[in-house]
Amino acid sequence: MTDVVLNNISKSYNKGAVKAVKDVSFSVDQGELFGLIGSDGAGKSTIFRVLTTLLLPDSGNASVMGLDIVKDYQAIRNNVGYMPGRFSLYQDLTVEENLLFFATVFNTTIEENYELIEDIYVQIEPFKTRRAGKLSGGMKQKLALCCALIHRPKVLFLDEPTTGVDTVSRKEFWEMLKRLKQQGITILVSTPYMDEATLCERIALIQNGNILSINKPEAIIKQFPQKLFAIKAGNMSHLLEDLRNSKLVSSCNSFGEFHHITFTSGNESETQQRLISLLQQKEKHADLEIRSITPTIEDCFINLMN
Amino acid sequence: MKQFLIFVRKEFYHVARDSKTLLLLFGMPVAQIILFGFALSNEIKNAKVVICDYANDYASHRIIQSIEASNNFDVEKSILSHEDLEKSFQEGTIKLAIIFPGNFNNDLLHLKKAQVQIIADASDPNTANTLTAYATNIMMGYQKELQQSNTGQMMINTNVRMIYNPELKGVTNFVPGVMALVLFLICVLMTSVSIVREKEMGTMEVLLVSPFKPVLVIIAKAVPYFALSLVNLTVILILSVFVMGMPMNGSILLLFFESSLLILTALSLGLLISNSTSSQQTAMLISLIGGMLPVLILTGFMFPLENIPWPLQMIANFVPSKWYYIIVKSIMIKGLGFSAIWKETLILAGMTIFLLVVSIRKFKIRLE
Repeated sequence: MTDVVLNNISKSYNKGAVKAVKDVSFSVDQGELFGLIGSDGAGKSTIFRVLTTLLLPDSGNASVMGLDIVKDYQAIRNNVGYMPGRFSLYQDLTVEENLLFFATVFNTTIEENYELIEDIYVQIEPFKTRRAGKLSGGMKQKLALCCALIHRPKVLFLDEPTTGVDTVSRKEFWEMLKRLKQQGITILVSTPYMDEATLCERIALIQNGNILSINKPEAIIKQFPQKLFAIKAGNMSHLLEDLRNSKLVSSCNSFGEFHHITFTSGNESETQQRLISLLQQKEKHADLEIRSITPTIEDCFINLMN
Repeated sequence: MKQFLIFVRKEFYHVARDSKTLLLLFGMPVAQIILFGFALSNEIKNAKVVICDYANDYASHRIIQSIEASNNFDVEKSILSHEDLEKSFQEGTIKLAIIFPGNFNNDLLHLKKAQVQIIADASDPNTANTLTAYATNIMMGYQKELQQSNTGQMMINTNVRMIYNPELKGVTNFVPGVMALVLFLICVLMTSVSIVREKEMGTMEVLLVSPFKPVLVIIAKAVPYFALSLVNLTVILILSVFVMGMPMNGSILLLFFESSLLILTALSLGLLISNSTSSQQTAMLISLIGGMLPVLILTGFMFPLENIPWPLQMIANFVPSKWYYIIVKSIMIKGLGFSAIWKETLILAGMTIFLLVVSIRKFKIRLE
């Protein structure tokens, strides 16, 4: 059973000047935790807004829970939960008032679905008389999630819920999403953080309005076409320059402590030795260290982008 | 219904927790009423006037006493030559001259008819008009006095007749105008930002993806401002009657009903602006500039509408406060009932329905 289906959806802004989403198709199964991974401006929010019936697509069609996003927009609005990318609760209302407001607007009560939000709400309950605008980033997102969940939606749309949230809160947030998934809620989540991709069941990598790849995170990693190596040396910026100039190296990207490289030749072990000796003798690099690694989603993303 | 009530409650929270809005809502009307009522009245006080009393008899003395007693004039008694009089006018030291010819009392008693010459500095026509009217009024008062004590008709001059506002008090002209201005502007301003604010804060996005109906959003937005405007109206009325000395000759209930109608018109216009703009600043600018000027100029309290060019008169018909101004004057000053103002009421009601329908139709159910 699929809950969300997109067929060749395109959407542009400013009368076609900016093409935000180009011919995007994918589907999300019922009860699935699906991630849209892409940098800022990739078109994630536009896809969310099309699916939540807030924007009309230029072409293509889509449905949520079998309901057409254009024709049956009100039915979709009644049954989904949506948390926009920007904090969109009433800043001058308290935590409690916000929750009560959204519960009532959705024709339900806090008590009715309390068990669904309990895990999350207990964390912000000590601040329930505080105005939402005065909460920290993580708290705001937890409250927004509570408000989006209070009517027990069948499909949950979370647009960048962890952006601007500290690492601990981010981890907690994903734990919550996994628990919600167990309740049978279909979750569509977007994030610019590549490390969060592996927490989803399936992901779509998206760049400039195009879907680069859709698959399980492990499968996307398996599809990485070459062997990947991590290399480091005493002078990292010098090393990066030399690697990019080297004919032996086909791609080289800086990843914090290491540079990730792939080779032009298929015979990696031989090329590896040639590169090391070249770097040591000709370029005088010290403390060289190289090892074969499993690609991350970010490696795959960069690879697909090129 | 529960949905609706919680929405209204939320709106009240918004207003109550924003000190700036509260100040605007309740401070501005009081300030404006007092400002307009006192500072900008066209009533003239202590105008310099020269009286040339060639008669120097009983009747002229009585009239001069009345003129002196009035706080509109600052009297200087002298007999100036016509050249001196002209010079004083040119220098601007006097605004008005009243000349009693010789034999004033005799003429009045025996010919039953006497002349008084009033010369006014007409470089400021409004002031001249007003002062002439004040002076004429005093003459009429004396004439009436004579008629009561003597038998037979006696005429002093002039057939100017001032009804409803015998003392030419500025307040009766201004206060209804300011009431119209303040109620209208505040309501338009307050509501015009209310929906835009939701758009700007992003909360509209969440509201749209909910079972809440657009019509309810609009009505729920209007309810708190309607209630607060009624409070405002009460404050304005109390100020007008007890501080500004405005008469209250008609039915208060009718006045509240008609004011509610104007508030509704203003709320509908505000909602329309709110639905058609995308930022609070634009909405505020449109309602302030687009509201203030037409209301100020075309309501009729600053400049009599009869004096403005006919194209502007036509436009004035579309300014709701023009009709409200007529209604308020009819109720408060003339003490008239509904039968006298049903036409104006109907026009306001028509405008309200039109604006409300357009603003509901303009409400965007999507983001673009």
